[in-house]
Amino acid sequence: MKFGVIQFPGSCDERDALAAGERAGEARMLWHGDRELGDVDAVVVPGGFSYGDYLRAGAIARFSPVMEAVREFAEAGGPVLGICNGFQVLCEAGLLPGALLGNEGIRFVCRQIELTVESDRSVFTADLEVGKRLSIPVKHGEGRYFAPDDVLDEIEARDQVAFRYAPGHNPNGSVRDIAGVSNEAGNVLGLMPHPEHAVDPLTGSTDGLRLFESVARAAAA
Amino acid sequence: MKARVLIRPKEGILDPQGKAVERALPALGFEDVSHVRVGRMIELEAGDPDQIPALCEKLLANPLIEDFEIEHLDGDG
Repeated sequence: MKFGVIQFPGSCDERDALAAGERAGEARMLWHGDRELGDVDAVVVPGGFSYGDYLRAGAIARFSPVMEAVREFAEAGGPVLGICNGFQVLCEAGLLPGALLGNEGIRFVCRQIELTVESDRSVFTADLEVGKRLSIPVKHGEGRYFAPDDVLDEIEARDQVAFRYAPGHNPNGSVRDIAGVSNEAGNVLGLMPHPEHAVDPLTGSTDGLRLFESVARAAAA
Repeated sequence: MKARVLIRPKEGILDPQGKAVERALPALGFEDVSHVRVGRMIELEAGDPDQIPALCEKLLANPLIEDFEIEHLDGDG
C-alpha cells in the first residue's frame, strides 16, 4: 500500500501524514499542481490552511489540478482520507456531504479528545470495533460539522457517520457530535481530528495509526 | 458590469462571530442591539453579468451554509 499525501501551499500536516503512511506501508508526497497521482494506492488530503483558507476553508484547494485527479480516483473507488483541512476540502469538492463552520466557541481548539467509532463501513474504519473509543488530538478553528437535517438523517441511515465525539468531548459544536463522515461507497472518509498525530507512543496515543493500517490491510486482502 | 455580492450565514445557522460582536456592544454602551450576523462582501467586475449567479453558487458562497445577494452597481454597465 502506497499512500500519496497532497501538499498544497499552506498545508502543515503533510509530513506527519507521510510518516503515518510509512508506518502502515509506503508513502510519497504529491504536489497540488500534479495532474496525475502516479502509483499511489490511497490519497491523504492533509491538514493545514491550504491557499490561506481564503474565502472559506478548502474552497480554493478544491479547484487545484491535483483535486481533479483525486475526484477521478475517488469515483473509481480509490481510498481517500481527508484530515481537518483535508476534510474541509473534500466537503467543498462535494466528495463528502456537509460543510465545516467556525467553532461554536469562536476560539481555535487544540487538545487531545476522545472519539467513538460509529461505523466500520469505510475502508479506513473496517478494522475498528464499533463503539470503541479512540484518543486523537484536534486542532482547528473551523470544525463545526453541519448539514441540513434531511441530509443528516440520510447519512445516518446509510451508516456514513464514521466517528462521533465522545460525550463531553465535542470541541466545536458539531451537529449530532459528528467528527467524521464517509461517502456512500465507503472509500472516502473525512474527519476533523488528526489520526496522523496519534501514531507514536511518544505523543500519548497510537489510536490514529489504526486508520492507516485498516486501509493498508483492506488493500492487501 | 460592477457588482457587489453579499454573503451571510443561512438563517437558523449559529453565527458565533455575530454573537461575539453582539455581546461586545453593551460594554461600549450600545444597548438594545440584537440579531447581529457577520458575513462577507465581495466586489467584482464581470464582462457578462449573467454569469454572476453561477459563480456565486460555485465558488463565492457555499449554498449549503450561506445565502448570497447580488447588487448591480452600475445598471447601464
